[in-house]
Amino acid sequence: MLDLNHDMATTMENEQTPGAGDEDICLEVRGLNLYYDDTQALENISLPIPRKQVTAFIGPSGCGKSTLLRCFNRMNDLVDSARIEGSILLDGEDIYAPGVQVAQLRQRVGMVFQKPNPFPKSIYENVAYGLRLQGVKSRRVLDEVVEKALRGAALWDEVKDRLHENALGMSGGQQQRLVIARAIAVEPEVLLLDEPASALDPISTLKIEELIDELKERYTIVIVTHNMQQAARVSDQTAFMYMGKLIERGPTDTIFTNPREKMTEDYITGRYG
Amino acid sequence: MENLNIGQHISRRYNEELEDIRNRVLAMGGLVEQQLKDAMTALEKRDASLAAKVVDRDCEVNAMEVAIDEECNRVLARRQPAASDLRLVVAVIKTITDLERIGDEAERIARMVTRLVGEEHSTRLFTQIRNLGQHVCSMMHGALDAFAHLDTDKAVEVWSEDRLVDEEYESLMRELMTYMMEDPRSIPTILQAMFAARAMERIGDRAGNICEYVIYLVKGKDVRHTRVDKPA
Repeated sequence: MLDLNHDMATTMENEQTPGAGDEDICLEVRGLNLYYDDTQALENISLPIPRKQVTAFIGPSGCGKSTLLRCFNRMNDLVDSARIEGSILLDGEDIYAPGVQVAQLRQRVGMVFQKPNPFPKSIYENVAYGLRLQGVKSRRVLDEVVEKALRGAALWDEVKDRLHENALGMSGGQQQRLVIARAIAVEPEVLLLDEPASALDPISTLKIEELIDELKERYTIVIVTHNMQQAARVSDQTAFMYMGKLIERGPTDTIFTNPREKMTEDYITGRYG
Repeated sequence: MENLNIGQHISRRYNEELEDIRNRVLAMGGLVEQQLKDAMTALEKRDASLAAKVVDRDCEVNAMEVAIDEECNRVLARRQPAASDLRLVVAVIKTITDLERIGDEAERIARMVTRLVGEEHSTRLFTQIRNLGQHVCSMMHGALDAFAHLDTDKAVEVWSEDRLVDEEYESLMRELMTYMMEDPRSIPTILQAMFAARAMERIGDRAGNICEYVIYLVKGKDVRHTRVDKPA
């Protein structure tokens, strides 16, 4: 007689650790704890973020997903009360090791926020900003990079004739894509997206999602979203967090059709937890 | 995930919609089972009027399939179900397709009864295929039971039965062929009996399919086209 339970266990194991050995890991979180003063916001988080894939963090408000995302480019350094234990490896090197240049780290790990935050400058200057900071002065290089980044963010055709107009005159969806262009202009390895589409209308949201799909060919993307359907649509891997803990992570297909943990099931099906 | 509570959604309406779908499938299953039983009784008692009733009621089964399908589409479009809710809707869509086909097979058996009543040889033939009929009736009942209680043990048990039904069908075919060779005049009648036996064998397959959907629904595991070893 077929032993379903046994069979299930093996299938689960296989699905939950897809090719654990041969997967190319870009970022790896190891035993991460984060405290704001005495409050523990992240509890012993360990997870790998595979390269050139989209990893989504989902979970209810306050579960720690944005906090975890901000750890990847040390944004939490800006919070005085934040204290971190454990490590996060980027290409095998601990980003919290002494001597790590945070500015350089943030160049490698770009970030886009919920609300589009272009600088009150021209479209061109917004995208060129990071390069100017790096000291690039050549007009030719800047022109090239601006065009490439705007094309990469699927914005070039819409703005190529008004590059020198103020970015604040663009629509919300365009501003968000401009911010993504600004982030990719400095050629990062990782893009962190914190609710990148939650302030946008459905069509702009779809454009951002389409863009994410294109960007993952070149970048490792980590996205925090409250919109579960969005996580299901755009991500390859999904991690579910609850009260500062990582409850479950796995391929998005598995998480959304047959999650292992009841808590995950309750959350994604909209049940009382 | 074996925790299948249709209730407990934050949206009470959603609970009601899923509960409604499930109840309607059970009602449809009940009707189809009754159709099958009536077809078998008509066969056994050579009751042409009961057989005609089965033929008439098939449209009720069809209407239920269409209505449940629509409800499932509505839930998919409006609720975007995930995990066990998604598996429920998918399993229901597949289950009702098989239920509708089982209804068609019952109708086919009933039509055969109306044609065979009064024919010679028929008494002996009816007895031959009655056992097969009873076997698939009990499979069908078991499959609906497994669905109603989300009981995977029962589902596996019923699923394994299908192989026995297949064997029974094969041996019945051999027997009917012997009859045909013995008495070629009986061929038209025996062919009818063969079609009925074929319908029963198909019902066994479809009851087995429903069991597969129950396993998928509860365990999230697709066991179609996998082999079940015969119980020791």
